[in-house]
Amino acid sequence: MEYELVVVGGGPAGLSGALKAAQNGVRVAIVDRQEELGGQLVKQTHKFFGWSRRGAGIRGIEIGRRLRNAVLAQPHITVFTGTEALGYYPDNSLLIEGPSGVSRITGKTFLFATGAQERMILFPGNDLPGVYGAGAVQTLMNVYGVRPGRSVLMVGSGNIGLIVSYQLRQAGVAVRAIVEALPQIGGYAVHASKVRRLGIPILTRHSIKEAHGKECVEGATIWELDDKFRGIPGTEKDLDVDVICLATGLTPLGDLLWQAGVSMTYVPELGGFVPIYDENMETERPGIFVAGDAAGIEEASTAMLCGEIAGLAVAAKLGKIPRHRFEEERNVLARELAALRSGPLSSKVRTGYERIRALVQGRRGS
Amino acid sequence: MKNLYGDLPEKDSLLSSGIPSVEDLDRVLPPPEARRKGPVAVLECFQKIPCDPCAQACKLGAIKEFSDVNDLPVIDWTKCTGCGQCVAACPGLAIFVVDETYSPEECLIAMPHEFVPLPERDQVVLLYDRAGRHVGEGIVHRVIRGRDKLATPVVWVRAPKALAYVARALGLPESQGRSGN
Repeated sequence: MEYELVVVGGGPAGLSGALKAAQNGVRVAIVDRQEELGGQLVKQTHKFFGWSRRGAGIRGIEIGRRLRNAVLAQPHITVFTGTEALGYYPDNSLLIEGPSGVSRITGKTFLFATGAQERMILFPGNDLPGVYGAGAVQTLMNVYGVRPGRSVLMVGSGNIGLIVSYQLRQAGVAVRAIVEALPQIGGYAVHASKVRRLGIPILTRHSIKEAHGKECVEGATIWELDDKFRGIPGTEKDLDVDVICLATGLTPLGDLLWQAGVSMTYVPELGGFVPIYDENMETERPGIFVAGDAAGIEEASTAMLCGEIAGLAVAAKLGKIPRHRFEEERNVLARELAALRSGPLSSKVRTGYERIRALVQGRRGS
Repeated sequence: MKNLYGDLPEKDSLLSSGIPSVEDLDRVLPPPEARRKGPVAVLECFQKIPCDPCAQACKLGAIKEFSDVNDLPVIDWTKCTGCGQCVAACPGLAIFVVDETYSPEECLIAMPHEFVPLPERDQVVLLYDRAGRHVGEGIVHRVIRGRDKLATPVVWVRAPKALAYVARALGLPESQGRSGN
């Protein structure tokens, strides 16, 4: 089958892009590995920040439900769920494997909204059952209603570590501590205060030294770190936990982009290797667009806006909307995106995106 | 150091522990005339993040409209009636309502509370400070469940007056919700 746009990844970025394109007359296919569209939104039970007019105050699960319903109601969109994208081929085709076996779909354009994967950290015992990524803990609790254990050490105080700690407590699981290697909490202060008043200590300049246990996690030792992030002997503390939850950051999932021959660059502020793309989210391979965490680790509100910009740009590229209308609407979205990223806590991602802009401008100039 | 906010750890800061400092809290403390008047919202929002639902939730225009989505909320104390709409709306669960005029000995505190089972009216609950330490007991005055099951419930608690600016979380005795910590 040939589509005008093939979207890989049915999370906030991919669904927003698919909708925006389809609303402008583009025939879209969405490929997603999960049975249910929504990506990480299906387990995000916290209320979103941002503008009220753009869904702030609404829980991620509800935002996911609204996006999903809008996509399913859209006649221009074909949905392949439970379907893995196995590989991208130079004839603009994608090999997919789904419930009805392996097949090939082609696209005039592609939007890779493949998201991110969690980072693992090194410590003795990190291969024991009971050491989880925060995403898995959230899936167990919020999708399947299963408690991961009775008592948890959370490693990492970014928004994910803080939010999952809160949700563990909502599920009746104890959180002994949140350890953070940096001298400051990584996530929003409101999330930190929310878990702190539940009695969960947040220990900055601390990390896990080792996990204990024979068959599975039976405890953990944490310690204080010096200025060079080395553990300080003598500061060890043993914690009675059966779960160690790692919320130590994300890195963009770019495998298909590498395979498609898209130019990639290493931007630490965006979580690792990211594609080089312009203000329309188009990579240096014409017709291949990116959005969401695959384009730089950020969060769902900005991912949705980037997805919309990509979907709109696809519609313009395919001649579905006139150039001036595209630019008008794109500029509105770009202004909203810039405003969301203009706060003091976004300085890191701003630096990251400036690096990419500089690369793009440098190449255009040469 | 003991003060209006209880026993806040001195060396820690909002960004190192999650516990706001006295200076942080002083900046959002309603003026004496507002506190004497009746219930009033206390916006414990100290960090510029892109977020504006409180201003939208306030039907009285007491929380000023944001010119930049990253602004900190600004409240007009003369317009705030302490209705509690913003408490349920705040995505960061950072807003409370305090009524120090409830009775000579007791105050009312409205707190966002996203734990089940929800307490019932007249039930005794345990009160915790911003560090999660048990600081006393309160009695549930009202429970506002909100429009649907995704809304943030708001629990109004009668508490000793000294806890008006100290208690910021609640739990049921031998609660399921507070196991372990």
